[in-house]
Amino acid sequence: MANISKDSAPGIQWGPAIQEAGFAALVTAGLSFPILALKTDSDVSNKLVLSQRWSLVIWAAAIVFIGRLILVLLKARPKAEKAVSTAPQSNSSKFIAKWIGTAGIIILFVFPFVTVYFLGASGALKWINNYGVQILIYVMLGWGLNIVVGLAGLLDLGYVAFYAVGAYSYALLSTTYGLSFWLCLPLSGILAATWGIILGFPVLRLRGDYLAIVTLAFGEIIRVVLINWTDFSNGYAGISSIPKITFFGLPFTDSESSFSSMFGLDYSPIHRTMFLFYLILCLALLTNFVTMRLRRLPVGRAWEALREDEIACRSLGINTTNTKLTAFALGAMFGGFAGSFFAVRQGFVSPESFTFIESATILAIVVLGGMGSQVGVAVAAVVLVGGTEILRELEWTKQIFGQDFDPSQYRSLIFGGAMVIMMIWKPRGIVSSREPSLFLKEKKSVSGSLVGEGHG
Amino acid sequence: MEIFLQQLINGLTLGSIYGLIAIGYTMVFGIIGMVNFAHGDLFMLSSFIGLIVFMALTQLLGLSSPAIAFLLALFASMLLTSLWNWSIERVAYRPLRGSFRLAPLISAIGMSIFLSNFVQVVQGPRNKAIPGLFDGGFKVTQGGTYDVTLSYKQILIVAVTVLLLAGFWYLVQKTPLGRAQRACEQDRKMASLLGIDVDKTISLTFVIGAALAAVAGVLYLMYYGVVSFADGFVPGVKAFTAAVLGGVGSLPGAVIGGLLIGLIEVFWSAYFSTDYKDVAAFSILAITLIFMPSGLLGRPEVEKV
Repeated sequence: MANISKDSAPGIQWGPAIQEAGFAALVTAGLSFPILALKTDSDVSNKLVLSQRWSLVIWAAAIVFIGRLILVLLKARPKAEKAVSTAPQSNSSKFIAKWIGTAGIIILFVFPFVTVYFLGASGALKWINNYGVQILIYVMLGWGLNIVVGLAGLLDLGYVAFYAVGAYSYALLSTTYGLSFWLCLPLSGILAATWGIILGFPVLRLRGDYLAIVTLAFGEIIRVVLINWTDFSNGYAGISSIPKITFFGLPFTDSESSFSSMFGLDYSPIHRTMFLFYLILCLALLTNFVTMRLRRLPVGRAWEALREDEIACRSLGINTTNTKLTAFALGAMFGGFAGSFFAVRQGFVSPESFTFIESATILAIVVLGGMGSQVGVAVAAVVLVGGTEILRELEWTKQIFGQDFDPSQYRSLIFGGAMVIMMIWKPRGIVSSREPSLFLKEKKSVSGSLVGEGHG
Repeated sequence: MEIFLQQLINGLTLGSIYGLIAIGYTMVFGIIGMVNFAHGDLFMLSSFIGLIVFMALTQLLGLSSPAIAFLLALFASMLLTSLWNWSIERVAYRPLRGSFRLAPLISAIGMSIFLSNFVQVVQGPRNKAIPGLFDGGFKVTQGGTYDVTLSYKQILIVAVTVLLLAGFWYLVQKTPLGRAQRACEQDRKMASLLGIDVDKTISLTFVIGAALAAVAGVLYLMYYGVVSFADGFVPGVKAFTAAVLGGVGSLPGAVIGGLLIGLIEVFWSAYFSTDYKDVAAFSILAITLIFMPSGLLGRPEVEKV
């Protein structure tokens, strides 16, 4: 199946295109033959039986046929106009990125009030909680991981371990010693950073993909320990009745000396949700602010240099281990902050929340956002996490595909597929290009985002 | 002593399965230098294909002999899993050659998530159990505190593994295909200059790796009698550990590493705690990578500037 249509003359060549699409469809039919066509189900006596659904195979083959045909035809188009200079483009994308950023922050600050105004307190609760807070947690996690993956170029597959450290720090410190959230928040950040250093120190001299696998192993080890060390973490059951958030000491309850009585408001659960929303917004913005500032400092420049070319970096006398370690520890610290926020929001933590798929979700956000771009990560978090929430609500799909159809189960399927497509289509991300933040006098003709390993 | 002997048998059985999967990791790593993260999920997929074909043969077509059905399921699974891995390489990895360093790994992680969730969506999230196959076995020792048994399944697993490895060794060492494969492993550019179709060789590497993983998958299904969509991840990581322990890129290393990991896991469970058996495997992975990155039989990696 050579790419026959690659160097064909303009004008559509239907023959080879159909041939290629037909081949792809045939392969798809082969791939889906047993796994899609025959479904294993347990019957009443718990014995496996097969049900047949051959129409799915035909559908899959047809979809691939059409998709492949379109791709081939698109590829065959003349490409003469494509070679435009990249400099103005990247300027405009920078402008757009900045504009999205400012607009996003303004929208976020008014978002809770607008929803409350239009939907009323009880209607707004779902929107602020499921969409606002949930997305912002992932924005923050994405930005934290972005320091490690996007800036320093270290692939960390166990990021959720630090999230877990932060969550369990708050859960244990508050339930055992009765410490308040405002004390535990910095403590959990410090603890997570310490763990980052402890775990990072031995592994950071490994090459990229080994590092990824070892961090994955550490993430799993921490989870298995949390499951099995029941004296410490209460195992699978997790830790419940974690103290709720307070407004700097004032509880959000319907009583004397609470938030609502202090400010003369009628009690409503929306107050707490709104406060949580602004808290995570501030935490996320703090992460962003620190990252942006650090990028301008020598250490941030060293991260980016390290990402582009480790050997050149070492030749210039940068201590690569320390540089990697700072990135790792800082990323872990923000993960820890997010973790303790997660614990105070849920009021319950268990090892189930910190599985590998969670790490993969955060990584997917960073990858799809374009590793290194802050706005890109935020947009990706909105699309992926918000998209997941929307999938839960697509009731109308049941009308088409039948009652058993549950759109939210396709979430991870879409994540995985999107990661692959992203790597093939735009490995530098959708929103922004990966550009060095410092130039010698002027930009070179070829920007760093266009070459393989940073030889611009 | 009896417990030790029994665990030795169990460990070698499990180790054979890990070794078969580990070869797929090590071959792909050797030839294109990427960690094929999706290989564990491919193993799980092959198990499902084997299960479905077996069910179809015995239930829908009414084949009465389970042994023949099992054999046919094994071959069908090898064939279809190879097709899967061939397609995965074409779609997800080949376009990324020459992209930046981490791109293939991220793509492989995406593929891994995709595969496990694909199986979950199309086959349902529950455990799938098959009726017992080849039950029974020999008693190796009798009368002591504990009867040591060697089941037919275990004999079958070890025998199939040895047979396959012999065939595989012949393929890599003696055939033109194996020569091309080894040449690409040493120097891809030079190999292509000497007229070897590198793309085809890489595809074949994926196909061979998948076929071995499929054998492992079907044997795993037969041994444990149950499979679920999430079963790819942990065996995948353990097989990768085996590949690393034996030295990534070394084929005998992968087998030795697999046997070692199987033995360590089984003995750890028997003498320490089953709860922490995964921790043991993961720790070995971390320790090997940190202190002995070239493994037992691997070549030390030379950094080229």
